[in-house]
Amino acid sequence: MPSVAGSAAGPVNGFFEWFGSLGIFSWQVLKAAVTPPYEWRELIRQLDEVGSKSLSLVVMAGAAIGVIISLEARYSLSRFGAKSMFPSTLVYSVIQVMGPIITGLVVSGRVGAGIGAELASMKVTEQIDAIEASAINPYRLLAATRILACILMLPLLTLATDACALVTGWFAQNLVEPLSFHQFISSGFNGATFNAFLPPTFKTAMYGLVIGLIACYEGMRTRGGAEGVGRAATNSVVLGSLFLILSDVVLVKFILVFFP
Amino acid sequence: MATAYDIPAKQVEPEQDGRAPVVAVENLRKTFASHTVLNGISLSVGRGETLAVLGRSGTGKSVLLRLIIGLETPDSGSIRIHGQDIAGLALDRMGEIRKKMGFLFQHAALYDSLTVGENVAFPLVHHRRDMSKSERGDRVKQLLAEVGMKGDLDKMPSDISGGMQKRVGLARALALEPEILLLDEPTAGLDPISSGEIDDLILMLQRERQMASIVVTHDLHSARTIADRLALLDKGKVVIEGRFEDLQQSDIGFVKEFLKQS
Repeated sequence: MPSVAGSAAGPVNGFFEWFGSLGIFSWQVLKAAVTPPYEWRELIRQLDEVGSKSLSLVVMAGAAIGVIISLEARYSLSRFGAKSMFPSTLVYSVIQVMGPIITGLVVSGRVGAGIGAELASMKVTEQIDAIEASAINPYRLLAATRILACILMLPLLTLATDACALVTGWFAQNLVEPLSFHQFISSGFNGATFNAFLPPTFKTAMYGLVIGLIACYEGMRTRGGAEGVGRAATNSVVLGSLFLILSDVVLVKFILVFFP
Repeated sequence: MATAYDIPAKQVEPEQDGRAPVVAVENLRKTFASHTVLNGISLSVGRGETLAVLGRSGTGKSVLLRLIIGLETPDSGSIRIHGQDIAGLALDRMGEIRKKMGFLFQHAALYDSLTVGENVAFPLVHHRRDMSKSERGDRVKQLLAEVGMKGDLDKMPSDISGGMQKRVGLARALALEPEILLLDEPTAGLDPISSGEIDDLILMLQRERQMASIVVTHDLHSARTIADRLALLDKGKVVIEGRFEDLQQSDIGFVKEFLKQS
């Protein structure tokens, strides 16, 4: 009968092996990203893939969370006689917490799965080997461009999410208690500083790094045909989302310490 | 009684005219998990020469090509390209050597999001930035014309047959005018007529370009047509190497069986 320690050794080894391989992969990508020749054309293509093709999705997600927060916050604030706090509650909730995390999770689902599946499909059909055999660094062409595109686009997509959430949140509130948009914005951003809004938005660049890195790693190490491609796509989303949320714990603390 | 497998690893000798071989593999070993695929392979190919590597499925023929192009790392032994040992070279250093090599994958490995023309242009876009767009376009058309695919520039890989994909793969492999050509089962999965056409194409290109070529195949007829020398692998070792007539005259049981079944 296998011992508990013996049966736990496999998953534990697998866990450290995964992280070790990810570390080696990250180093290869970093080296490739900072040495010429740079793949500008591919980077621009990826900025379009990650950014403009995710825009409609994050806009819809932002619109939804604006309404949800508006409905929930208004009810809660009314109970405590703090309805006047509604604009700033919505603004701070969206920009500091919900906007970044929702954008990250939506993009992880769409972009992470897409990158994971695309690179996995290329791996099992030897297209990545063909790139390498053509004396082109696949880490530079495929991974670095995608990861950089995710890092650059996430903050911009977050701004789009935030803007839509604030507009629909105001609109939902306006249906119940009319309030001009100008008043809403002035009240919401009253007393706001750089530290309140910009660090939470730019932390999404770190989300982009997590999403892009894990998706590229899972895709480029795929084995096993169609099943492997499916597994890579799933792992890209699941692990990308998980590590995004875990990284947020660290990032929030970092922001609170360095941008109080 | 000594068998073919007791023959010591072939010593790599310079060609008789004094020139070193372009590709020289010495005592190469490769194991995957506990399975030894190559167990002391030694081969060499000179300029303008075609070596066909034959053997049963799973004897490590494709692994040999992948080792030479650097997609796998040997456990021991050396691989020399123009005298330079490539084992352990960093990716970017290896890239300089790969620019002199062309590789045709068994299933062509075309980039499925690019057109036929874009596939062939791919190495040129990355390595010939001195070429203008129109020069590159002309070169792509010339390469596709050489392989009989002139009118298919704008088609996607999924729109063409397996044989046509191999032709496009060959055109892509020739884009940078390589000195060394590696072909992994160029006629696998093709009907006899298409196989013959691919063989004729390879012969014609070899006569024109005088590359050092290594062709991995299980097709003895194809190997006879295109190769100057043949090497037969079994159990990770070279059983016999020489011209087709040498194989026909061999007394080695495995060689006789292979020729009989082919």
